[in-house]
Amino acid sequence: MKIENVVCPFCGCLCDDIVVEVEDSRITAVKNACASGRSLFLNAHTQAVQPKVNGEEVDWPQAIDAAARILNDAASPLIYGLSSTASEAQRKAIALADLLGATIDSTSSVCHGPTTIGIQNQGEPTCTLGEVKHRADLLIFWGCNPAEAHQRHFSRYSALAKGKLTPNGRKDRTVVVVDVRPTASSRRADIFLQVRPGCDFEVLAALRALLKGQHLDVDEVGGVGVVQLQDLVERMKSCRFGVIFFGMGVTQTGGKHLNVAELLALVAELNAYTRFTTMPMRGHGNVAGADSTLTWQTGYPFAVNFARGYPQYNPGEFTAVDVLARGEADAALIIASDPVAHFPRQAAQRLSQIPTIVLDPEINLTAQVARVMLPTAIYGVSAAGTAYRMDNVPLPLKKVVESPRPTDEQVLDWMIERVKTCLA
Amino acid sequence: MPEFILITGRTSKQGAALHKGKDSAEYRLATGFVSMNHEDREHLGVEAGRRVRVRTAFGETELELKEGKLPPGMIFVPMGPAANVLIGAETQGTGMPDSKGLKAEVEPL
Repeated sequence: MKIENVVCPFCGCLCDDIVVEVEDSRITAVKNACASGRSLFLNAHTQAVQPKVNGEEVDWPQAIDAAARILNDAASPLIYGLSSTASEAQRKAIALADLLGATIDSTSSVCHGPTTIGIQNQGEPTCTLGEVKHRADLLIFWGCNPAEAHQRHFSRYSALAKGKLTPNGRKDRTVVVVDVRPTASSRRADIFLQVRPGCDFEVLAALRALLKGQHLDVDEVGGVGVVQLQDLVERMKSCRFGVIFFGMGVTQTGGKHLNVAELLALVAELNAYTRFTTMPMRGHGNVAGADSTLTWQTGYPFAVNFARGYPQYNPGEFTAVDVLARGEADAALIIASDPVAHFPRQAAQRLSQIPTIVLDPEINLTAQVARVMLPTAIYGVSAAGTAYRMDNVPLPLKKVVESPRPTDEQVLDWMIERVKTCLA
Repeated sequence: MPEFILITGRTSKQGAALHKGKDSAEYRLATGFVSMNHEDREHLGVEAGRRVRVRTAFGETELELKEGKLPPGMIFVPMGPAANVLIGAETQGTGMPDSKGLKAEVEPL
């Protein structure tokens, strides 16, 4: 059976033109997807697997009971992950955090968390990827490498896409890459500006100064010639529709949210001349949904704590790396994420010292240190749900194969009911 | 000991390999290397494919050395278990560790 218009749940591009062929509840072919998306569909584990507690197979009620007891006994539980699950499950995770008085945080905090802090300081000009495709004639990729991390971004939405006002695709657009190193993306750009590591803020501040007509009494800023910066300013002022896409090169270096706020200030000021906008390159398939769902449920996008009975927000205090590295979390529920594979060692080690529960389709590195492993269906493959693209457009994820596994949403529902009975 | 600036990040191979399982040989190969440019590698005096020790203020690990198109003095390690050892947990009140732009030493083995 051939299923068309499937949304790939892997990255923030959420490409919705994937064709999947299914035979006997098994995916046999995938068309249109990138290497990562193809690998996701072809290696998807959908067969029945029993949950495990302390390494022993148990039935679902026993596993839910063990998980609920761990969470109830904890003084300061952490719920973390959320970015590779559907928004319906994210909503349940927030309800559980509320019930437990827990801290809840998403992978945003080690990705575009600083972007959110920057947006809260500065405001954010937004647009959809459809507008970029149809209108943008100047594309700037700052500290991001879509050729490796968002492999179909160029062809579907940006550099190569043919739109109504950009009928010739690549020929109708100028592509600029700003990065500390040459990348697969910079090799496809018209202009590459190589910034010295840690100097993004200086370069952005210089661009703002040049935009205001100020004279810079130096030849270069952060490794980039002032002549090149002046040229970029002229291109930005004179384009029809400009966009700065930005990534971890801006958020993971010194300055973090301050770099983002400076970038957003530059974009805001460019709107005195032309239509100019910006968009963070969101990594996981529904990390934008984690921000959106947490915001409409609690008022805050990440780093939320319910210990006082109402939501409090404080990055650095209620973010996952911090509560783990400081040894504050005394139990953890990890949903659709693998912090042991991606957190600094000091934070990751804490997860093997405290009782950890994992909800995930895969036996990932966190599952290997977890006390309770709850194997669930894969949203976009064996479960339907909602995910938000990097431009915050929600898209329906399809169930393309049947799976006996419960969804994250169902498991979280069972957990909420069991915690309520324990509390009663 | 030669000092470098360490950048960690995604690669397409890391992205594809993680679906094969974090215990797979593909994932270990895709995340278990450090790259630097040709001149820096020659200066270090280690052939590509050999192992080196990478050390930061937060930890050290042994990785396969590869050549890559990087500016002088910069090394790259893909995000994953090896990179995590080299990154500190301080977030300066943001939740985000310094995952790029760390000082690192590379020692031939």
